Amino acid sequence: MSAPQKATPGWLAAIPALALGIFFIVPFAIMLSVSVAHRVPGGFFEPGFELASYIRFLSAFFGSILVTSITISAAAAAICVTLAFPFTVFLAGMGRRAQTWILVILLSVLSLSEVIIGFSLSTLLSKTAGVGNLLAWLGILETSRAFTPSLFALLTGMCYLGFPYAVLVLYPPVSRLDPELGEAARTMGASPLRTFFGVTLPLLRAPVLGALVLVFVFTLGVYLLPQVLGRPQHWTLSVHITDQAIFQSNLPFAAAMAVLLLVVTLMLVGLTLLLGRDAGARQ
Amino acid sequence: MTAWIKSLYIGLILLLLVAPIVVVAGVSLNEAQSLRFPPQDLSLRWYGALFREPDWLVPLRNSLVIAATSSLLAVLVALPLALHVWSRRGWLSRGLYTLGVAPFMLPPVISALGFLVFWVSLGMYGQMAATIVSHGVFLVTLPVVTISLGLNAIDPALIEAARTMGAARGQVLRTVILPLIVPYILSGYAFAFVLSLNEYIIAYMVAGFTVETLPIKIFNSLRYGYTPIMGVVSVLFILLAVAVFGMIGRFGNLPRLMGSERVRDQ
Repeated sequence: MSAPQKATPGWLAAIPALALGIFFIVPFAIMLSVSVAHRVPGGFFEPGFELASYIRFLSAFFGSILVTSITISAAAAAICVTLAFPFTVFLAGMGRRAQTWILVILLSVLSLSEVIIGFSLSTLLSKTAGVGNLLAWLGILETSRAFTPSLFALLTGMCYLGFPYAVLVLYPPVSRLDPELGEAARTMGASPLRTFFGVTLPLLRAPVLGALVLVFVFTLGVYLLPQVLGRPQHWTLSVHITDQAIFQSNLPFAAAMAVLLLVVTLMLVGLTLLLGRDAGARQ
Repeated sequence: MTAWIKSLYIGLILLLLVAPIVVVAGVSLNEAQSLRFPPQDLSLRWYGALFREPDWLVPLRNSLVIAATSSLLAVLVALPLALHVWSRRGWLSRGLYTLGVAPFMLPPVISALGFLVFWVSLGMYGQMAATIVSHGVFLVTLPVVTISLGLNAIDPALIEAARTMGAARGQVLRTVILPLIVPYILSGYAFAFVLSLNEYIIAYMVAGFTVETLPIKIFNSLRYGYTPIMGVVSVLFILLAVAVFGMIGRFGNLPRLMGSERVRDQ
C-alpha cells in the first residue's frame, strides 16, 4: 500500500468499529453465552453455565453427523478445486474481453441463491424435465428416471455452489504468475503437461490450499441443498443447527453446535494461513 | 496444451454451469402448472402472475426493500472502514479489516444463529429491521473489498499534488479521493444488493416466519408443490445478476476488480 499517511481523520474508524462491534461481535458473544446456558424445555433458556449441550454433541448420533458433513464437504472441495484449477489457468491466459464475459457468468452463478440452485438442479435431474428425458431419448435409458434425491445430486449441487468461489480465489494469484516461467520451462524442452505439474502447480500451492479450505468451509455451511437434493442421512451440521434452533426450540444446543463449527472453521483457516506462509517463505 | 483444448474445457464447464438455468428458464414458459422441459404450449402467463398474485408480490417487495437498504448500510460501514485501513496502519486498521472480511468468510449458518440470538435478546426477532441490519453486516465484506481495491489504485502523486497546491485534508478527501472511488463504491453496492436478494439462511433465521423474502417463498413452495412462478423468479434473478455484473464489466475493469494485475487488452 502506498497510501499517504493520515489522509483521513482518525474518528472515521469509530463508525465501522461501533457498527461491527455491536452487530457482529456482540451476537457472537451472546451465542457463546447461550451455548452454555440452561435449556428450559418448551421455553427458551435461562442464563447459567453448564456444558450439557456440548456433551450431548459427543453422542454417536451427532458425531456421525459431523463426520458426514466433513466428508461430503471435503469431497465437494476436492472436486471443485480439481476442476477449477485448470479452468482458472486457461481463463487467465485469455484476452480481456473473453475474461470479462466469463467473469460475468461466474459472478452471476456465484450470486445465485442456494434455493434457486437447489430448485434448478432438482429440475434438471428430475424425471419430467431433465437429463433423464435426454438419456431416454438417446436410448441410453429405457425410460426416463429421476437422479434426485441422491448423494450424487447433493455433491453436484455443492460443486455448482463452490466452483465460482474456487475460481475467484485462484484467479488473482494465477493471473499474477509470470507467464515467462512457463515459457522458460517450455524452451528448455519440458512438455506442456510437465510444465503444468512441474512449474505452474507447485508455484501455486498456497492459493490451491486456500481455495480448498474456502470451498470446504463454504459447503460446510450449506443448509438447503441437503434437504432439496439429498436424503435425510445426508443432512449436514448446518441443517441440524437450524432444525434445533427453529423447530426443536433448543437454542443452547444449536449455539453449541455453531460454536463447534466455528472452532473447526477457524482451525482450518489458521492451518491454511500457516501453510501458505511456509510456502511463501520458501520461494 | 493447444488452444482448442483449453477453449473446449472452458466451454464445457460453462455449459454445465448454464444447463440448470436453461432448464429452469424453459420450465417457466410452461402454459400449464407443471414443470415440463422442453416446455409445452409456450406462454408468459406465469411472468404476469408473479406481479399479480399477492402471495408472490409481498415477498418480492420485501426482498427489494431489504436488498436496497441493507446494501446501503453495508456501504456506509464499509466506506469509513476502507478509508481508515488505507490511510493508517497499526492494530486498529488490521483488526477492522479482519472484522470487515470475517462475516462473509464464516459459514453463514454461524452468523445466522448469532443474529438470531442477538435479535431475540433485543426483542426484535421477526422484524424487517432485524433482517436489514443483519444483511448489512453480513454483506459488508463486498464493498470493503471493492473500495479497498479502488483506494489502492489511486496514484499517490495526485494527492501529493493537491496537497502542494494548498488543499486541506477534508478538501483532498472530498475533491480527489471520493470522486476517484465512486465506481468502486457503486460496484460494492451492486454486489451486496444482488447477494442480499439471493440470501436465504440469515433472512430465514432472523425473521423467516414474518418477513418472507423471495428465496424463503421459493423454498416454502418447493415443499408444498411446484409452480412455474419459481422458475420465473429464478430467471429474473439471473437476468438481474447478469445485468449488474455485465454493467460493471462494460464500464469498469472486471478482471482488475477481481484481482488480476496483468490483463492483455484485446
